[in-house]
Amino acid sequence: MSGPGSDGRTAPQKEPFAVVPALKEALLTGLVTFGLAFPILAYRTEQDLSNRLVIEPRWALAFTAAGLAFALRLIWLFGQSRRSLGPPAAPRVLSPLAGKILSRAGLAILLSYPFLAVWITGPAGAIKWIDNFGIQILIYVMLGWGLNIVVGLAGLLDLGYVAFYAVGAYSTALLSTHYGLSFWLCLPLAGIFAALWGIILGFPVLRLRGDYLAIVTLAFGEIIRLVLINWVDLTNGYAGISSIPRPTFFGLPFNASETGFAATFGLEFTPLHRLFFLFYLILALALLTNWVTIRLRRLPIGRAWEALREDEIAARALGIDTVVTKLTAFAIGAMFGGFAGAFIAARQAFISPEMFVFMESAVILAIVVLGGMGSQLGVALAAVAMIGGTELLRELDWLKAVFGTDFDPTQYRMLLFGLAMVLIMIWKPRGLISDREPTIALGRTKSISGALVKEGHG
Amino acid sequence: MTAPEAPKPPLLAVDHLTMRFGGLVAVNDVSFRVAKGGITALIGPNGAGKTTVFNCITGFYRPTEGRIALSTGPDLSAPALDRLTGSSNRHIRDGAHDIYLLERMPGHEITANARVARTFQNIRLFTGMTCLENLLVAQHNALMRASGYTILGLFGSPGWRRAEDHAVERARGWLERIGLIDRADDPAGDLPYGDQRRLEIARAMLTDPLLLCLDEPAAGLNPRESAALSILLRSIRDRDGVSVLLIEHDMSVVMEISDHVIVLEYGVKISEGSPDWVREDPKVVAAYLGVEDDEIDVAARELEA
Repeated sequence: MSGPGSDGRTAPQKEPFAVVPALKEALLTGLVTFGLAFPILAYRTEQDLSNRLVIEPRWALAFTAAGLAFALRLIWLFGQSRRSLGPPAAPRVLSPLAGKILSRAGLAILLSYPFLAVWITGPAGAIKWIDNFGIQILIYVMLGWGLNIVVGLAGLLDLGYVAFYAVGAYSTALLSTHYGLSFWLCLPLAGIFAALWGIILGFPVLRLRGDYLAIVTLAFGEIIRLVLINWVDLTNGYAGISSIPRPTFFGLPFNASETGFAATFGLEFTPLHRLFFLFYLILALALLTNWVTIRLRRLPIGRAWEALREDEIAARALGIDTVVTKLTAFAIGAMFGGFAGAFIAARQAFISPEMFVFMESAVILAIVVLGGMGSQLGVALAAVAMIGGTELLRELDWLKAVFGTDFDPTQYRMLLFGLAMVLIMIWKPRGLISDREPTIALGRTKSISGALVKEGHG
Repeated sequence: MTAPEAPKPPLLAVDHLTMRFGGLVAVNDVSFRVAKGGITALIGPNGAGKTTVFNCITGFYRPTEGRIALSTGPDLSAPALDRLTGSSNRHIRDGAHDIYLLERMPGHEITANARVARTFQNIRLFTGMTCLENLLVAQHNALMRASGYTILGLFGSPGWRRAEDHAVERARGWLERIGLIDRADDPAGDLPYGDQRRLEIARAMLTDPLLLCLDEPAAGLNPRESAALSILLRSIRDRDGVSVLLIEHDMSVVMEISDHVIVLEYGVKISEGSPDWVREDPKVVAAYLGVEDDEIDVAARELEA
């Protein structure tokens, strides 16, 4: 056997996959499924034109279900046999060079993504791929990375992160519509306001821990939303704020006018220009979040966050001011949420309280937990899987071929999505990437098994 | 063979310390001194209030009554201390030295300013961080200042880099001293128990303390590890000049390394003095080892051993 896991140690004897018993078991599963499916699926009563009940046979459906069970069971058994015979998992050591090449390649793909989308799907088809997939996913990558500072590094369970997103979005919307401030001024201001709210929230709640902290942050998120709904004079309530000025390219608007971006650069006007711009803008913001987080982890403040997550009492005994340390985590996490809010306000040109419901907090937290708390790459992968996955599930038209033409696949989108999350949490309970990368090493960096890393108690 | 106790100036003065939890008096009017540059042991049967005294000194509990004063100077001069006690301040500067009233300070400031470090009875390492990272977290406050409270560090200023290198060198020195240099990059939670104890002591030492409080450092160690611990604690006293206050049940360690022993029972100080003096004190023998006649012989023989 070759591969990174077999350096020197003797791999366990690999037995061939026992085909016949597996087939037998899979066949049994198929038969049981058929037995169950036969009374439920094989016949259906329908009313005919004269309102009589007639029985419509649907044997194909029953056979499909049985066949599916057979195939899935076989795949499952095969997977099990591979897993139990595989070599013991050795600590994965990614050489710095390989890591560098990998991240460079990832960056190159991200930078060329809009061009690839246009090249592959054409200008009309690319809009969906850049907007619904690219920009949408990157927003959640950024929010996930922002929340990762609070939840993943400092171990503070925050269920109200969407509040800071809302603060950023509303400060941008209000400042730009009332005072005519440009997006580029609103962006840092939104971050500052969100960070301020992070500190204001942090002061009273940071003496709470664990479940209590989660409940209070949840309430805070709801309070912000209710204020946005009810303070009609300022926020226009449910109706939201519309006609927020779009971001410009250093003063050049993305429109068909004489002074627009396209005319200035002698290009033919297309709405793709703005999408390209928004894509690179959110990409830059997300990469900034990532860069700052990676730097902070290697600074005393980042190590203090992780120490706080590991053991708050020990951190205090080492002279770390836990209140200030928690507040900085809250404030910096909130700041990135505020940046993302400023972006979404400028991208949509319209915001309303409906965009900042608890579901958003839950999705962002799910991204962090699913990705593996504290892991930057894990969070990015989880955002791609969750946001990209739900978008992809919109395109389930092929299921009509299986279940008939009156089957509406979009209705099953969230069901499939929930099922996938359950499966991932069973398969990887600590998230996609649960290992922790040390922030410094005397020799070679060895990643730390997730089993040793604590999740924090608040 | 009772060695005369060298009159050393006190570093820490605990006066009339009382700690009540509801109706329970865990520590009742306890006063003692911890000598500068010495090893002081706090012993007593289970539930005598030793850890409570520790938690009061290190700021985890706020004592119900009493004063805990620490002086960085050659002695706890009475006038300055009285002035401080009468005021509402936590800290006074007496000439070139500082006097702190620990019972008025929050826990993290006791470590950061008054320079009292502690370890825990049940080891509290950051298990998911490497040994090296554990030792860097201990130098948090110094590194925070060096990183310009994160701003300079974010942009990698040369001053910050030098400070970080220096911190890593200090950590490396301690890892070599406790024999864990080969495991510097391994998670602390992977170390064997005895190594974890030593790493926790090294981590406390890297906060640059004047007083090191150790809560049962020899618990769970085998005789060989206990002996190594005795050597380490002596070197901390002699080489680093750090005073040590320890709670310990392992009498061989206490008798071997302590300069001064304080005995608590039911929250009251019943005896103190040199190890030999305490060992002979009938009150201690009765209290610490139980008063039943048949048990006392067994226990006394154990003590002799």
